Amino acid sequence: MNELIRLLAYMLCIAAFLGLNLAYLGWVERKGAGHFQRRTGPKEVGPYGLLQPLADGLKLMSKQLVVPANADKLIYMAAPVLIMVPSVTLFVAIPFGENLVPREFNFGLIMMFAFASVAGLSILIGGWGSGNKYSLIAGTRAVSQNIAYEIPMLLTAINIVMISGSLDLNEIIRQQGSYIWNWNVFRLDKSILMPVSFLVFFICSVAETNRTPFDMGECEGELVAGYHTEYGGMGFGLYMMAEYANLVIGASLITILFLGGWQSPIGILPGPHWFLLKMYFLIWVFVWIRWTFPRTTFWGLLNLSWKYLIPFAMVNLLLTALFIKVI
Amino acid sequence: MNPSLFSPEGLAGIIFLILIVVTMIGAIIATCTQRLIRSVTGLAVCFVGVAGLYYFLNSPFVAMMELLIYVGAVCVTIAFAIMLAEPDESKLARKIPGLSGGLAAICGGSVSFALAYAAVNGQWMAPAAQVNDGSLKMIGRSLLTTYSMVFEVISIVLLVAIIGSMALARSGRRKN
Repeated sequence: MNELIRLLAYMLCIAAFLGLNLAYLGWVERKGAGHFQRRTGPKEVGPYGLLQPLADGLKLMSKQLVVPANADKLIYMAAPVLIMVPSVTLFVAIPFGENLVPREFNFGLIMMFAFASVAGLSILIGGWGSGNKYSLIAGTRAVSQNIAYEIPMLLTAINIVMISGSLDLNEIIRQQGSYIWNWNVFRLDKSILMPVSFLVFFICSVAETNRTPFDMGECEGELVAGYHTEYGGMGFGLYMMAEYANLVIGASLITILFLGGWQSPIGILPGPHWFLLKMYFLIWVFVWIRWTFPRTTFWGLLNLSWKYLIPFAMVNLLLTALFIKVI
Repeated sequence: MNPSLFSPEGLAGIIFLILIVVTMIGAIIATCTQRLIRSVTGLAVCFVGVAGLYYFLNSPFVAMMELLIYVGAVCVTIAFAIMLAEPDESKLARKIPGLSGGLAAICGGSVSFALAYAAVNGQWMAPAAQVNDGSLKMIGRSLLTTYSMVFEVISIVLLVAIIGSMALARSGRRKN
């Protein structure tokens, strides 16, 4: 019974955490975008525009849901839900602190990738269900990108699995020490190429979350917003929220695998604070990159993955295996 | 024998039934709809149900692989194939009047009868006590020792598939 109450409490907390993050990461992004481009960003609604997310949410929710005449209604309505569900489910497995994890899975890392891969199908059927050629093409574009970057991401994650010998996210964190040079990024004694693996993984997460420089799936301005062109109101809202949920998950995954999760480098503040600090710092870097670099071309993006990242990740895997075997 | 609803066994039974229902609904959508893309969605739902069954039967790794490979890769590939092939959805499958319904009933009936007969009358092995702990370590070890031949043969199949697709794509885009 205690276990049941604990799980219910965690679910409530996850819902609250998600709601707050999904609303205010949008605000952070717009503020960041504003300042990078020498504007102010949202500032009218509330102090520093802090009430902007609430206003946006109200606006989205009060809009009429219009189903295009050409659309496959069932699939059109199901796709935004399908894209949101796996992202939310994943928060069950993220260890925010040594004891602050809703449910400890001993295959947590695989679970992350498994649920994340479901999103590809949702994007595809969302694009198809809209009954619009541009959405369909954008859907295939987004999915071919997702598939291309999933492969080097998985290959790089295998490095970490080989080093720590576990798929349990909490165990992976536990094996990294608290000092910076004990984090997986800098564990040169395990593999010299760890910092480069980190870089590959980081690039892949930027691509997996469909963010500029790799946001061929969306392209808000010039390619008529891609696979969610036909969605208005909360349908669009769900797509946006799923994007930010994926952002949080991507940043958490990098934090867990490479930056030592809840390990605190200087011994003040408890673990979860450090986890959140590292995660939000990564999210800030994501925002920073998004508003600093221009978008790549589509062939450039696929070439980067298939011709450079995947071969490199394979060589890296072999080298790491060799390193572990020899030392 | 007849556990109450809120005992652990009862709840497990309910979860099992839910998973079965999800699998069945997915399968029915996949076979009965006339739009191919809905069939793929049904197939995905079916796979999710099957993954749930694996999880229920205490092999979480297989469940996750089912999601990762079947929903994340196979369904997406099928969806791509459908989009490339541009099936003409206005042309529905032609029915042979009179005959097809009866034939389908006979085939379906005989298959389900045979399965039910085998299930009721067959000699069942005693429910195996867990063979091993089903953990990742055991799976990996047996894949690389006992079943390494199967493992290698599967990778040869994949290699042939890759070479085949390269041979098809070799002429490039400029040809036509």
